[in-house]
Amino acid sequence: MPIQTRRGEDSQTLIISIVGRFDFSTHQAFRDAYEHGDESIRYYIVDLSDTTYLDSSALGMLLLLRDYAGGDGASISIENCNNDVRRILSISNFEQLFAIR
Amino acid sequence: MEESIAEPKPLTILIADDSDTDRLILTALVRRLGHRVFEAKNGQEAVQLFQDCDPDIVLLDALMPVMDGMEAARQIKILAGERMVPLIFLTSLSEAEELAKCLDAGGDDFLSKPYNRVILEAKINAFNRMRLMHRALSSQRDLTRERNEQLLQEQEIAKRVFDNVAHTGCLDAFNIRHHASPLALFNGDVLFAAPFPAGGMLVFIGDFTGHGLPAAIGAMPLAEIFYGMVTKGFKGADVLREFNQKLKQILPPGMFCCGGMIEADFKHNQLQVWNGGLPDGWLVRANGDLELVPSRHLPLGILSSDRFDDSMDNLPTGPGDRLLMLTDGFLESRNTEGRLFGDSGIRWALESRTASQHPFDAVLEAVQHFSASAADTDDLTMCSVEMVDEVGISIIQDRTEPSPLPGPMEWHCEYEVRERTLGDFSPLPLLLHICMEVPGLRRKSGEIYTLLAELYSNALEHGVLELPSHWKQSAEGFDQYYEERRRRLSRVEGHFIRFSLSHSMTPSGGRLRIVCEDSGSGFDFHNHPILEADLRPGRAGRYAGRGLLLLKRLAESVTFHQQGNQVEIIFDWEVVGSLSNPASSHRQ
Repeated sequence: MPIQTRRGEDSQTLIISIVGRFDFSTHQAFRDAYEHGDESIRYYIVDLSDTTYLDSSALGMLLLLRDYAGGDGASISIENCNNDVRRILSISNFEQLFAIR
Repeated sequence: MEESIAEPKPLTILIADDSDTDRLILTALVRRLGHRVFEAKNGQEAVQLFQDCDPDIVLLDALMPVMDGMEAARQIKILAGERMVPLIFLTSLSEAEELAKCLDAGGDDFLSKPYNRVILEAKINAFNRMRLMHRALSSQRDLTRERNEQLLQEQEIAKRVFDNVAHTGCLDAFNIRHHASPLALFNGDVLFAAPFPAGGMLVFIGDFTGHGLPAAIGAMPLAEIFYGMVTKGFKGADVLREFNQKLKQILPPGMFCCGGMIEADFKHNQLQVWNGGLPDGWLVRANGDLELVPSRHLPLGILSSDRFDDSMDNLPTGPGDRLLMLTDGFLESRNTEGRLFGDSGIRWALESRTASQHPFDAVLEAVQHFSASAADTDDLTMCSVEMVDEVGISIIQDRTEPSPLPGPMEWHCEYEVRERTLGDFSPLPLLLHICMEVPGLRRKSGEIYTLLAELYSNALEHGVLELPSHWKQSAEGFDQYYEERRRRLSRVEGHFIRFSLSHSMTPSGGRLRIVCEDSGSGFDFHNHPILEADLRPGRAGRYAGRGLLLLKRLAESVTFHQQGNQVEIIFDWEVVGSLSNPASSHRQ
């Protein structure tokens, strides 16, 4: 499974991990990871520890998640990016939209 | 299709067997199942009958005189072509090798003698299902192929429309180099360039998420906005703001456009640059020094208008400096070993180029050499803008084709800006737009824009706000001037600036009369140094009021009325083809 989800200890956080390439092919799986109408989720963590590559359609998917999670009021952090992934996020200035750790 | 599988129709079945008894038995069995039968006594007859009666299924004896079943099977398969006609061998053979030969010849199955009615029926039904499924798949494949061809044709036409919209600007100006290689028929990249009416130019390079039609659809309104706004005199920041708002409105949430806006001011030798999500831009100084122009903004179409940041970076430049901007396809180009070209590839190309080589060519050649044999790459779009002196740029301006459409020649209009609107809004694009409806004036858009802009800022800053222009003689004064301008703009109750524009025809062209009146208290124009008759070059420059000087040089006449708060300007233009230029022919 390239995408795995689990609950954080506080049970209000959804942690989505992406393994391998985060690109258009993961579109449906990524959406399925958060679109299940669970009202108790308030925070999202996108864990990119095992993500090797991220392209512009992945940036688009992150925006979709942000929209789903409440737009400007969304609480999403993107964690453990490697250098290549981090570079793409920073060229696009996504730190203005997400907490990147 | 499923219906016909569920509802068995009578099939047409060809039976070929040299044994009359066997053939008779089989024919009777098949007929009893409700199918039509054609009979052949050898392979040759079978091939002939196959052509004549077009059967759905063929039952073929392996061993026959004249032509055996193997050969007949081969010929029938060739005749059937793409159609699937199940071919079942009738055989008493049981040698594995012999049976294998039957299949190699094109057979699909065997039926052993003596015949079993139940097995026969089951096989006919099974092969019929397979035949129908094959037919359904083939017809869907044909439909897909047909649709795809239709789509390609439509894209071809759409691309022509798109090219007409997107490539009407000055991309071919001598100080611009550009490259765009489409991955698909249209790619997700856009590139626009247009000269400003008052001089200078604006260039936009953009990269949409995704490729093909969706990206091109997003690009259409951008092209319209870009060319529409630039010719009306809007600046890069205004265009960006409009881009962002439009894309935010039309694009789905996951789609956006990385972009770079380059505003070149050749008069003051500076570049204003905005980079939202594109790779670093490269400013290559005339002496070869490199400076980066990194992305400082989010791509377009993500943020709502109130959060969008349109502030552009200011880069002082000199003639011969070149700014290179490119889409991420360059960085993501790979060679056959899968290595990325990256920022380092671009830096290497720029640093190792020869002095005479254009930085644009250096990067393009390097990336093409790098990924020469690797096939699948992203869109590659790159452009470079070179700072040149103003003389060169006036050539670009004059190349805009005059419209052959007749326009309004005799007209008058008034436009008054009042109260708070004075500081919040620029009436210049609107007024310029009205003037540009006159075809002959379109070629003079730069001059008209300058006239309107000088009149408006003169009326606003000196008339309404009563700012003393001599403040602008020192750097501190300049700051003070603009600080005070901002402060006074919040107190403009009761004030107005009124433009009256009239146009009429003259024997050789037309005459535009602009009267600009403000609610200020005016000034003593009788003793103003700029307005003295014996204007000597060099003398006026010491005084502020360069605006007035500009007006005098561009226009036929400049007259002050009332207590100096009403300025009248006459601007004459001549029919296209005449050599006359108001800036040079009516001075002194």
